[in-house]
Amino acid sequence: MTAAANLPGAVTPRGTKPKTVFAPRNIMLYGTLLIFSMYYLLPLYVMIVTSLKDMAEIRMGNVFSPPVEITFAPWVKAWAEACTGINCDGLSRGFWNSVRILIPSLIISVSIAALTGYVLACWRFKGSEIFFGILLLGAFIPYQVLLYPLVIILRELGLFGSLWGLVLVHTIFAMPINVLLFRNYFVALPEELFKAARVDGAGFWGIFFRIVIPMSLPIFVVSGIIQVTGIWNDFLFGVVYTRPENYPMTVQLNNIVNSVQGVQEYNVNMAATLLTGLVPLVVYFFSGRLFVRGIAAGAVKG
Amino acid sequence: MTHSIEIKELKLAFGAVTVLEDLNLQVGQGEFLVLLGSSGCGKSTLLNCIAGLLDITDGEIHIQGHNVTWEEPSKRGIGMVFQSYALYPQMTVEGNLAFGLKNARMPRPEIAKRIKRASEILQIEPLLKRKPAALSGGQRQRVAIGRALVRDVDVFLFDEPLSNLDAKLRADLRVEIKRLHQTLQNTMIYVTHDQVEAMTLADRIAIMKGGQIMQLAPPAEIYNRPVNKYVAGFIGSPAMNVMEGQLDAGNSEFASARGLSFTVKGYEFDGAPTSGPVWLGLRPEHVQSGKWAAGQPIQREALVDMVEPMGSDTQVWARVDGQEIRFRMDGQEKVDIGDRVPIGFDPARLSLFDKSTEIRL
Repeated sequence: MTAAANLPGAVTPRGTKPKTVFAPRNIMLYGTLLIFSMYYLLPLYVMIVTSLKDMAEIRMGNVFSPPVEITFAPWVKAWAEACTGINCDGLSRGFWNSVRILIPSLIISVSIAALTGYVLACWRFKGSEIFFGILLLGAFIPYQVLLYPLVIILRELGLFGSLWGLVLVHTIFAMPINVLLFRNYFVALPEELFKAARVDGAGFWGIFFRIVIPMSLPIFVVSGIIQVTGIWNDFLFGVVYTRPENYPMTVQLNNIVNSVQGVQEYNVNMAATLLTGLVPLVVYFFSGRLFVRGIAAGAVKG
Repeated sequence: MTHSIEIKELKLAFGAVTVLEDLNLQVGQGEFLVLLGSSGCGKSTLLNCIAGLLDITDGEIHIQGHNVTWEEPSKRGIGMVFQSYALYPQMTVEGNLAFGLKNARMPRPEIAKRIKRASEILQIEPLLKRKPAALSGGQRQRVAIGRALVRDVDVFLFDEPLSNLDAKLRADLRVEIKRLHQTLQNTMIYVTHDQVEAMTLADRIAIMKGGQIMQLAPPAEIYNRPVNKYVAGFIGSPAMNVMEGQLDAGNSEFASARGLSFTVKGYEFDGAPTSGPVWLGLRPEHVQSGKWAAGQPIQREALVDMVEPMGSDTQVWARVDGQEIRFRMDGQEKVDIGDRVPIGFDPARLSLFDKSTEIRL
């Protein structure tokens, strides 16, 4: 046998021994993954099936059973008919409010953060490190501390209660983390590129728009996702700084779900909650890969 | 004739740290000057000052007769090539070449003409539509040179342009840069830590250390008559043998601390020779061995300690009267550890430095 194995041309096994599918390691790994994904997916499952049942079926009490008769009426009601206060046009009002808050907040906060990060990374000035340090400190101050001072500031600016006031608040609170992201990403870009661009006659804006931004798509995506989800999911600022007619979707959702009058319509509540969560979910779903790439790129300097 | 580049009393300090001080330098029209030194010697810093990428603390920089001390880099009439190529990754090769010209608001036909000429000279025409990521290292550096070329400037600045390339490509591109210089006749300043690049390319080499120029001279002079011990040790591969010893000026005798002594008659002293402690430098390639040792003014016998065969020649580590000396033998000669080999050398090719100041005697 050994002699045969040593003959030239004889087929001998090479490489590491192939692993079987049911190796202990795999069972542990996939078993853990399975348990944890079930742990996280089960509530979602309950929400979805409940939202597709009618109230009679829900009252029977079996939360895990699939709907006997699928109905989309709760979804329609949640979107267009549920009442908050005197308005009975459902979540749609809150949805469009949230969109009107999100888009300017997103554009303004990401733009300012990118520009600030660019200055801090590439055009250091005297005290720029201190400035950056103070900015980062902002990330550690609890929001609650700033709530009332901001009310006063917005009142003085004449923005209190308006959508633009909330946009301003979102922009301010976006600064520490997003500037940090952009700055760290830009610092890692090769320095010689900036030198080359300066020799080529590009100035502050030329380098920013034609060299830096085209190279920084991943970090813009990361910052964009953080902002979209952060602003969309915000409840506190929405409830404090706007009036009822401008309430974002989250606040309206709360008002629907927590209404104490009448019967608790669990199916409508579930549908409303799912509708509210849809936007961040879609954003994650379509940009997951870019998101990971951007986070990784920002983390590793070099 | 005005100098192409003239640097007067240049000073650069970052806060309390002075990087360059009282630096004066003139570069002639069409001259190829190499700034050579180990990392941290200030050579790249000096180049960045000339390019205008660093604001200097004091002094003046003139390029082609204009005082450009406070001009923007793009207004100085320079083109620059970087170690990492620094190509704009999102643009095609053509876009890279055109970027500076577009910023200068140059008309399109003129841009096209210049790109055509530069890509012909550098043979990168087939690459124009590609992105830098699709190019090899050598091609990238060619494009980077092209970017300086299209600017049609008087002065080219190279910041270690070949350091990121492998050895073979480096040698090829080195020759190309030399040919480019002969064709264009531009003034070129070239920063490197590679002495081979410096020796082969330069009209003059400026050897830098600690932010100062130690010696500024043509390559042959730097090699033959290094002004101090640092320059002597820096240039030459394998490095010069340096022995500690005493010089007796009266009868021109050198005695090494280890026991080797010989006459230095024939050595050209810079001034009147004085007796005292010295460093003596002897280049390995100036030591003749075997049958070639016979004609040399000084002859000794060496005991071989170590042998490093390199093919074309063999490096030999040996002791001569207790003094360790490294020299080169023809690669075809047979030599073994423990052999006794006759060696000889000429005092005219030695270098003597004062023990304390390390300046050439």
